[in-house]
Amino acid sequence: MGMAGEQRQFTVLMRILHWLMAAMVLTMLGIGVAMVASLGDYHRLVSIHRPLGIAILIVVVIRFVNRQFSTLPPFPASMSSRERFVAHASEVLLYTLLFVLPLVGWGMLSAARFPIALYGPLHLPPILPHSVMLYAFLRRTHTVLAYLLFLAFIAHFGAILFHTLVVRDGLFSRMAPWRVDAR
Amino acid sequence: MGRPQVDMTMWDPVALRWPWSDPLPSDSTASVEKQPAPLSGGRALVRLGGIGVVLLLIALGFFYLGGWFSPNSLTPARFVNAFERADGVFSGFRRNHAKGVGVSGYFESNGQGARLSKAVVFQSGRMPVIGRFSFGGGDPHVADAPTMVRGLGLQFLLPDGEQWRTAMVNLPVFPFQTPQDFYDNLVASQPDPKTGKPDPEKMAAFAASHPATVRAIALIQSHAPSSGFDNSAFNSLNAFRFIDAAGTSIPVRWSLAPVEPVVAMSTAGGGQTDKNYMFDALIASILQHPLQWRLIITIGKPEDPTNDATVAWPDGREQVDVGTLTLDHIESEETSLARDINFDPLVLPSGMAPSDDPLLSARSAIYSQSFTRRAGEAKTPSAISAAEVGK
Repeated sequence: MGMAGEQRQFTVLMRILHWLMAAMVLTMLGIGVAMVASLGDYHRLVSIHRPLGIAILIVVVIRFVNRQFSTLPPFPASMSSRERFVAHASEVLLYTLLFVLPLVGWGMLSAARFPIALYGPLHLPPILPHSVMLYAFLRRTHTVLAYLLFLAFIAHFGAILFHTLVVRDGLFSRMAPWRVDAR
Repeated sequence: MGRPQVDMTMWDPVALRWPWSDPLPSDSTASVEKQPAPLSGGRALVRLGGIGVVLLLIALGFFYLGGWFSPNSLTPARFVNAFERADGVFSGFRRNHAKGVGVSGYFESNGQGARLSKAVVFQSGRMPVIGRFSFGGGDPHVADAPTMVRGLGLQFLLPDGEQWRTAMVNLPVFPFQTPQDFYDNLVASQPDPKTGKPDPEKMAAFAASHPATVRAIALIQSHAPSSGFDNSAFNSLNAFRFIDAAGTSIPVRWSLAPVEPVVAMSTAGGGQTDKNYMFDALIASILQHPLQWRLIITIGKPEDPTNDATVAWPDGREQVDVGTLTLDHIESEETSLARDINFDPLVLPSGMAPSDDPLLSARSAIYSQSFTRRAGEAKTPSAISAAEVGK
């Protein structure tokens, strides 16, 4: 590592959490869209979907807290303030979705009084009153937010590809899973 | 490629920071001269196109997983659509087993099941149960008839907060091996718009290509239904697996055997003017004294099929009486919690697991689809109204 102020990468913990989250969210999006169209695999998929959603909720809270105590690497100088604004806004959107989507899932199953089994006899308590109308509303919300998350992921991934392959400003090295030394 | 100039006064970076972020580092910490030379316009366009292709492929993969490119494969939504085409849509009602009444009571476990499964439901003790008696079919106002399929959905609330839900019917076996068979039968038996009755040719063609269904229906017809709900047996139909404390898994089916003496249904036929007469008899019976059923677990042998609900297991399989279900309260769906419960057969406590029967996952998916549709609809009065139960 160089001197303070020359930090080029997110901390090791932040990068681990980011890539763990990436793997979980991609798995989750695939499972989510597949299970609602599936008969034979529905139960297997939904049995992964629920505990994985709660795992994402836990990891996003850890990331949120950890981020507050971490120093962030600077954006490349090539990024305009407009681009920085968009980058910040997309981060806020992603964090919000990753926090709200599992909560809506938990809430909708609570409103339907559907048990949320995690592992063995371990299960979550309901967080909302029993109301099927509320369930129906949250169930639609869950779908809308999930598609929004997919779009946000596409935009996030597209932006990093653009910066890495077209602008070539080294933006990706900030979050690269490997160590990138300051040049 | 020249970068567009941005009016810095429009986008104040300080105002756009996350509330917890450190002040934005100044551009001087990132040195511009370390960047590679800008791409030529042509090469940049090629790379942009490549990025577009990658993103498009990801989106296509996502939609492929969601079944967007297989319009003919059976999905929960298409299955429930078939129910709706067969019986119509009745706002707020289940798409199948629409006509019903709520009940409640308790299950008293005698502890005999504890050696078969570590599920808390089989430890000695009493736990509350909410249930629902119903008739098969999507019409919530259909006239009662003893030949229609009777259903009993139950939700057991276990002492540790887990739940066990089961949806049983009075048939000895289920007429269909797979979800596709069930769906194809729904389509084949759809009333012809001209005659108002199913097309006999389509029904015959279905029977000819589904010998397992024909065998199952013959078996079903050899069992005369009982006279009412209160003396009806109810069966799990699908096989499940029980897992004991040591992790050993065994194939099981279960049934509820009525404590009430079984009386065969009246063969006189007709003469029943009240379209709710069987529910009325159930209400009268339960108001007179609590109704009881013994929960019987049948243990399969390794050679017994667990993936075929059309086949009964041979007689003589070990059966264990694990406790008594008592239903002592009945109320209209208008007030009963049972209306808003999805009796998903795969809500199982730890110690119970699905078998390899393909119907089980499909039932779970389709019940969920039906539940989601009716949950958001305006609720309309049940045929068995609060006044009907109270009278």
